[in-house]
Formats: sequence, C-alpha cells, structure tokens
Amino acid sequence: MYEYDQYDQAMVDARVEEFRDQTRRRLAGELTEDQFKPLRLMNGLYLQLHAYMLRVAIPYGTLNSEQMKMLGHIARKYDRGYGHFTTRQNIQYNWIKLEDAPDILADLATVEMHAIQTSGNCIRNISSDQFAGAAADELTDPRPWAELLRQWSSFHPEFSYLPRKFKIAVIASDEDRAAMRLHDIGIQLVRNDAGELGAKFFVGGGMGRTPMIGPEIRDFVPADELIHYAEACLRVYNRYGRRDNKYKARIKILVHELGAEEYTRQVEEEFAHMKTLGLNPPVAELARITEFFQDPAYDSRARDELDLTDPDFRIWVEQNTHPHKQTGYAIANISLKPTGGIPGDASADQIDLMADLAKEYSFDELRVTHAQNIVLPHVKKSDLYALWQKLDEAGLAPPNLDLISDMIACPGLDYCSLANARSIPVAQKIGERFADIGRQKELGELKLKISGCINACGHHHAGHIGILGVDRKGVENYQLSLGGSGAEDVSLAKITGPGFDEDGIVDAVEKVTDVYLRDRTNGERFVDTYRRIGMAPFKEALYD
Amino acid sequence: MNLLTGNDLKTGDVIWWAGGQNWSLHVADAQDAGDEGEAILAREEKARRVNASYIVAAEMTDKGPMPLHIKERVRASGPTVRSDLAINTDIPIVGV
Amino acid sequence: MSKTVTFNDRPASDAAPVSLEEFANASNAAAVRIEPGEDVRDLLPHLERLALVEINFPVFGDGRGYSAAQILREHGFAGELRAIGDVLVDQLAYMLRCGFDSAAPNQPLNGQAVQDALNRYPHAYQKTSGTSPISGRGPIWEIRHE
Repeated sequence: MYEYDQYDQAMVDARVEEFRDQTRRRLAGELTEDQFKPLRLMNGLYLQLHAYMLRVAIPYGTLNSEQMKMLGHIARKYDRGYGHFTTRQNIQYNWIKLEDAPDILADLATVEMHAIQTSGNCIRNISSDQFAGAAADELTDPRPWAELLRQWSSFHPEFSYLPRKFKIAVIASDEDRAAMRLHDIGIQLVRNDAGELGAKFFVGGGMGRTPMIGPEIRDFVPADELIHYAEACLRVYNRYGRRDNKYKARIKILVHELGAEEYTRQVEEEFAHMKTLGLNPPVAELARITEFFQDPAYDSRARDELDLTDPDFRIWVEQNTHPHKQTGYAIANISLKPTGGIPGDASADQIDLMADLAKEYSFDELRVTHAQNIVLPHVKKSDLYALWQKLDEAGLAPPNLDLISDMIACPGLDYCSLANARSIPVAQKIGERFADIGRQKELGELKLKISGCINACGHHHAGHIGILGVDRKGVENYQLSLGGSGAEDVSLAKITGPGFDEDGIVDAVEKVTDVYLRDRTNGERFVDTYRRIGMAPFKEALYD
Repeated sequence: MNLLTGNDLKTGDVIWWAGGQNWSLHVADAQDAGDEGEAILAREEKARRVNASYIVAAEMTDKGPMPLHIKERVRASGPTVRSDLAINTDIPIVGV
Repeated sequence: MSKTVTFNDRPASDAAPVSLEEFANASNAAAVRIEPGEDVRDLLPHLERLALVEINFPVFGDGRGYSAAQILREHGFAGELRAIGDVLVDQLAYMLRCGFDSAAPNQPLNGQAVQDALNRYPHAYQKTSGTSPISGRGPIWEIRHE
C-alpha cells in the first residue's frame, strides 16, 4: 500500500488547517453560504436532508486496518455509530456537525486519509478494481497509476472549478469490475506490441440523467505521457464544456455534441503542446509509487484444498470468494447486504471487526467495492473457515455476492436532499421477497441497482434490473428498466413502461425474474436472456 | 399555511421556524409564516440562526402543522429506515 | 472595483484594457480584457506588445480563466496577468499557481487573509505556470527525484 512521505503529509495537513480557517470564517459570518458551499464541498461536506454529511475518500478503494479503525472511530465519536460505503469506493457519515468537521479531517490526516475533492466540480476520488493486486486475471496492478493520478489531481489549480464533477476509473483486467466505461475518463491499462504498459483512454461516459458509454479516444498512452494526456483531456473540457446548464455540463455532453472524433482531435492538439512543457512526472516516480504495491509475503506452501463439508460455509465460499493469483489464497468478499438491511451501511463495531480480520487474515489490507461491499483481498484458503465463522457471527457473511439481494442502492429520500423517492425501503422489500438463498442462486448473477432520483447514484442505468424512483404528483413512483451492465459487457438499461408504487415494484421485479426462469436457455444469466429475447416478453408479463 | 425550515449552521440539525427568533427541532412547534416567509428567512439567515433555509407549503392536521410534500415530511421525521434515529416516527410519510 | 492586490514584486500596470474585440481593431493597445467564453489563443501572435491581460471571473465558480492564464504563460506571455471580477480569497492560491500576478476583485480583500491564502500550501503536485510562494521549488515529484 502507498505510504505518504513528508510532502504528501504536509499537503493534507495544510488542507486541514485551510478548512479549519474556512469553517471559522463561515461560523463567524465572514463567508456567506454561497461562498462557503464550494469550499466545504471540496472537503466532502454536504448539507443533506437531515444534517451535514461528510464523504471521506478511500483512494482507489484500498485501505489498511489502522485506517479502517479510524473510520469506525469517526462513526462512534462524531456520528451516530455507523457509516455508509458508497458506489465510488468512499464512505459517508450522515450526522456530522460543521463545528466538528475540521477535527474529523485532522483525525483522518493522522492515518493518511482525507476528504479532499470528494465533492465539488473538480476531479474526484480515483476509483479502481477492488481486486487490484490480487486478481488472477489482471495484467498489472492498476493502483500505482491511480495513485499517480490521485496526486496529479489533488489541488490542481487549473481544474478545480470545472463545469461539473469529474470521475476517473483505472482498471487493468479485461473483466471490468469498476464500471470504467461509465466514468468521465475510463482508463484500461494495456500492453502495446513492444510489450510496454500504457493506458487506453475512454472519455465521456457517465450515468446521471443522460447516461452514456464512453467512447475510446486513444488506444495507447505511454506511461511517461499519462499526465500530459490527462491534462489535455481536462483542458479541452475546462475550456469548452457547457456552463450554461448544469444538466449539460458533464464531459459526456461535450464529447457527444462535438463528436468523439472532433473531441479527440482537440485533445491530440493540446497533447502535442503539453508534451513540450514537461508536465509529466518521470517514470522514476511511477516506479517509486509501484514499490509500495509489492505482493505481501505469501506463504508459498499454502494449498488450494479446502474442506467444504459445512454446507453454509460451502455456499459462502462458492458465492463470495474470487480466484486469487497466488496458489492457496482467495479474495474474500464481505457482503454489506443482509436481508432487510441498508445496502452499504456498516456499524462502528462491524467496521472495527473488519479491520481486525484484515489484520489477522489479509495482510492488513481491505478494499471497498463500487457495489458497496468490502473485500479482504489476500486470505489464505486454510483460514477461510475461521474467517467465515467470525463474519457470520457479526452478520457480515450473507452469501449473496452478485445475486439479486446484493443490490446497489443510493441513500434516497431517507437521507438525500436531491432524492425524489426512497431507495432503501424498496431494497429492503426486494431483499425480503427473495430472502431464500436457494432461490437467489437459482436466479444466478443478477445486478439490481436502485436510484432515488434521476442523478443515478444508485447506477440504475447499469443494472441488469434497474429501478428509478420518481416523484409523481407528490407520491413515490418507481420505474423499472432492464438490460444494463456496468461490466465489460457494458450497456444501458431500457425502461419497461409505466412505473409502479412501492409494493408494485417488488412484484414487478418478481415477474421479470419469472420470465427469465421460464425462457432462459442453459447457462444464460438474466441479462443474457433479456438480450436474446428482447423487451416484449417482459412487458407482456408486467402490463398485460 | 407556510412553514419555514432550514438547518442549524453549527450542528446541521433540521430546524423549523417557531415564531420570532425561535427555531425548533420539532415540526409540531412550527408557526405559519403567512406571506412573511422570505423576509423572515432573509433576517434569520443574516443573523446565522438558520442556514440553507426555504419555505414549505403545509397544512394543519390533527398531528399539528404538516408539510404537504413527502420530502419535508421525511425531514421532519428523520430517516424512515432508522426509526431509532428518528425525531418523530408519528409523521405520515405517504399522503394523509 | 477595489484596488489591485499584487501577489509578487511586479508593480501593477496602469494600462487601460480594451475588449478582445476592440483589441483586434486597435493595434496599439497594450492591455486587453478576456471574458470566459473568449479564445485567449487569439492573443498569442501579439503577446510581446501586451503589458497587461485582465482575465474576468464574472462568477468565481467559472474556472475557464485558469486555463486562459496557463495558456498565455505557456506561450511565453511575460506581462502582467490580473484576475478581475468575483475573485475571492479562497481562489487566490490557485490563481497564483496558474500564473496570475495580481487581482482586482469586486469586493475588497483583507490583506492578511490574502497573505495567509497565498502561503498556505508549502508545495504543489503539479508543474504549472506560476510559482509556489513558500518553497519556490518545483512540483513534489521533481523534488523527490532531484
């Protein structure tokens, strides 16, 4: 894992003091709310439906036990005993006091954490593959590249007042576990014919009210030109992205309106200019960062054999573990989606326990996933049973990874001031309807994603089944969509037709899964069947 | 009737205008601002007794003043999925 | 407009700026004012005779002026770069690092607050057109590999 040096620490410490001063000026009336709002947002502090909400960055979803413990400490000391892991690999606290916020940031800085640029019209937390550094199928560990981008994007003076927020994801596998093509910039690390590592750039993806899949604009950017190219992409956006209408201000609209070809031409022109300026850190810097991401000291005698006689353990292993690149090890997923629970929420005690388990079983490392779960990336297979028992005891072992109850849900109208409808109660009711794990396994991989408004924080456009909550004359109403995917088979879901009320949407989900069970052929997932048979049979089941 | 709501600047708590310079955590204490809402809010924001304030259409019910829209009802009740953290679980969330 | 605050030792120019449109027809103007939607690259052939470029920030959240400043500096503009309009103390450090020399804000700025803001960050992660006032050194990655 990356460790701060004196320079990184000095920057984060300076930020804490800056925000302490800004908060003081706001409380003293020297700053108006209009002036303070962008400043607090760039420190992750929102004003939500019930209180201030603080979003803490977990860069590329990686953290150690000490950092995780700090997240538990903050939940306990400054909040109401819990936190909410988000679809951008961050954590949010829902009950923060403004007067405490500088102290929280100071506490975070002691463990090399921060809330810098977790909101605002700037470059946000860089996200990545939660299995980075552990997955059997990766080309290289994408995190050093993500860290290089994190540093470049932190306090960037030219790109802190962009037309709109800007999200970057970096992956290094053909399997896309980070919804890379649905980011403002999606980067896939690849090798060229000469065997050198570089970055393939996709620009202009996104969800929100106008979902778009980012087109590829360059197939290879060499490692020593990554920052030049990113600068070029951002400068064209900062100059020409729309500022007249906040709903048309994301880069996807610029790329769409210009056309990918013209956008690319402008970026290439700017890129040629950037290369003359020497803005790119030397390859030695990427090498320095990469040193921090060496493999942990695996036990070379670890074996793949596993005793699966306990049937509950067997189900969990089948569903929640993923192949590790090292013989005798597995990637263990901790589902934060218990039946009837709040997707992504974890109590301070659960956070502490996960930190302890990471220390004991996973070389001190944890990950946060965009599906709002936690990962212990390096667990020796012979430790899996003990780990599972401890997780199970704490309610952290639902064996439902990638099944229908492993839902993504935004906080919705229960917490969010932008929401039009509640998301969590719908998630809870669907979870209860499909509580039987045998039934869930029968349905197989099924990504269900719920947003409480058109801003799509719950990724409903990318759900095999998507649900969008809307306000229909003051009453919550839920639209159903089918066929989306945020993975390597990326696609945008299509709406089925008129919406449903809260109970109606649960029935509707059941009906479309019934169509799938009826019409599927051998080995097809829900989304495969939908793609083969189209919308008509589902509509018929829903509306006739 | 028109209620006034906003957040306490320091704590972020949702508050309701309860007449004069008074603000309450409970919608039951809220007063009708009539047509004076904007003037009151301008004054109260300036004095930093409230932040991010706005006017809410409401009606009088047997449970007291009640916002018409679901969003402000959730604001008045607390998260419906965490009754342990609620201010008032007695507020009807979906239509009266 | 309040008086001009300078970020460095360069004395503030008193040349009177014309609009970019006027500049195209006024070949002897030594100062020009750039609005957010205008293409600052139009000035590149004329940089040598410009003593002052004012970049307007009608609202502080419109960040196009930062790119305009960088482009001018990257192409060798050596005159004074001044930020005008809705310029607040919390944006000054970024302006400095994009190559601005001064600001003439709509609302006056507190002198001590300006100094605090300009001297807040000891270093920078990016190489940009301006300088960091405290370290006076290059970006962090350069210091690391000196």
